[in-house]
Amino acid sequence: MNSIGATAMRAAAFITGEDFWRGIVAIIGFLLFWEVGSRSEAWFGFAFPWISQIPSPTAVAQEMLRLIQEPSFWVSAYLSTLRVFEGFFAAMLIGIPLGLAMAVSRTFYGITFPVFEVLRPIPPLAWVPASIIFWPTQELSIAFVTFLGAFFTIVINVIGGAQSIDVRYFQAARSMGSSTWDIFRRIILPGVLPSIVVGATVGVGITWAVVVAAEMISGGGSAGSMGGAAGGGLGFFIWNSYVGGSYTQIVAGMIGIGIAGYMSSAILRKVGELMTPWLAED
Amino acid sequence: MSVQPLPAAGPARMPSAHLAVQTPAVRKGGVRIVDAVKIYGAQDAGILAVDHCTFDVPPGEITVIVGPSGCGKTTLLNAIAGFHSLSSGSIHLDDEMLCGRGKLKAEPGPDRIVVFQNGALFPWKTNIDNIAFGPIMQGRMSRAEAYDKARDMMADAGLRGIEQNYPGEISSGVRRRVEIVRALMNNPKILLLDEPYRALDSLTKSVMHEALLEIFYKNRVTIFFITHDLEEAIFLGHRVVIMTTRPCKPKKILDIDIPHPRDYSVLTTKRFREFMDETAAAVHEEAIKAFAAGEKER
Repeated sequence: MNSIGATAMRAAAFITGEDFWRGIVAIIGFLLFWEVGSRSEAWFGFAFPWISQIPSPTAVAQEMLRLIQEPSFWVSAYLSTLRVFEGFFAAMLIGIPLGLAMAVSRTFYGITFPVFEVLRPIPPLAWVPASIIFWPTQELSIAFVTFLGAFFTIVINVIGGAQSIDVRYFQAARSMGSSTWDIFRRIILPGVLPSIVVGATVGVGITWAVVVAAEMISGGGSAGSMGGAAGGGLGFFIWNSYVGGSYTQIVAGMIGIGIAGYMSSAILRKVGELMTPWLAED
Repeated sequence: MSVQPLPAAGPARMPSAHLAVQTPAVRKGGVRIVDAVKIYGAQDAGILAVDHCTFDVPPGEITVIVGPSGCGKTTLLNAIAGFHSLSSGSIHLDDEMLCGRGKLKAEPGPDRIVVFQNGALFPWKTNIDNIAFGPIMQGRMSRAEAYDKARDMMADAGLRGIEQNYPGEISSGVRRRVEIVRALMNNPKILLLDEPYRALDSLTKSVMHEALLEIFYKNRVTIFFITHDLEEAIFLGHRVVIMTTRPCKPKKILDIDIPHPRDYSVLTTKRFREFMDETAAAVHEEAIKAFAAGEKER
């Protein structure tokens, strides 16, 4: 199968397609509306409600061009990425085995699931104060809250994925002489993999949402933010811009987070596709 | 999901006479079902699915079970395969008791392989991985041997060229053939087929029937075949067991004396029509009962 050729063909079909151009026109229209709206007071002497408060896209673009040459911005991005990475991997590392154990053992499920279900509805951000008290460093408390963001989603997906494996696969494997371990390794694990991919992709998105908020709450204000090991990050960067009154920087930071979040999901989706080749659609 | 073109099936290979002769001296895979009862739910308030069912599946032959959907045929198959227990009665495979007094659930094993209604190839394994799975699991062959055997069997069944495809990439008719090959790799004494061609269109079905017969003539493995299609039953079966609607028990057992090897020309013969005439009324009667009882499609 010529997958590179097929990808190129699909890309070509996409660019010439109607949907693509409709999307382009929509985005240009949106940016134009935003630009005119935010500059309306200067241009027409009329302040457009709400939008006139927001810096214009061209100003934001200029600010972004400046920021990407600024090492401190990259340090912020790096710190946030690191926290997402830590929290996300901890969630995978603990969540996948836990979810599998819960799916496989009825006893274990009976013991852990009620506790899990009591804790699950608590939004990760509600954990921030408690987390600051629990953990010795600010860095650890942010990482913990980030971890919670992905953890519950991953566990729920693993359990659901394992439970939805068709019973006929177990019956067939059992008939063909598979041991319990074989069934775990050759039926349950691959059967759950697509759900793990979904859980991870959704989970990493939540992780970004949580890390930004946690940085705003705990990273700013305290002494830890003063260039030390703790604090900083894109969330803190936005908060700091707000405190400093640099509105263009706020919007630029928001866009930076959006790009980072999108890239994380895209990478995970790609990795997921490579791990589940039987689900490929072409 | 795209559909892989069928690998060159070649000219329709008629089951040749010499194949039919090489039957092993001792035929295996005879199943004896004695007084089997299955009640779902509580013993007193449960639903009676199988009602004192007694019949034989002769070794080395094709026995087809015909009955309305949801009549309890699959319950019987599950009991033979060891997926579910009986409430009472016993099932024997050759001289071995699979389940009976004191042990109401049989152990699943490679001597009885099920080909499932909607197929149960592992979607995450390529076709050849699926086919090589059984012998490796049983520790009967090394990986290399299993894959060599799998390749040979696939070539034999006209499945060359799709070894590295996933089951999701091939048509459902081809998928069913892959699953039968996977089953045969386990050297089963009996194949348990649960309406394997139900989802196929009638043209594909006719191709599958001849392919199944061809496999049967080569291997002489006992086949227990469930269907609700009477024509299919008479065409394939040495023996046709017509079941009553739930609770299920044999209503009529016929030995189809149309000589094997058979091919599709059998369908137009007078003898075939006679069997159809003889059984159609009985099947129809049960279908009406099932309809009246509001049995849902399962």
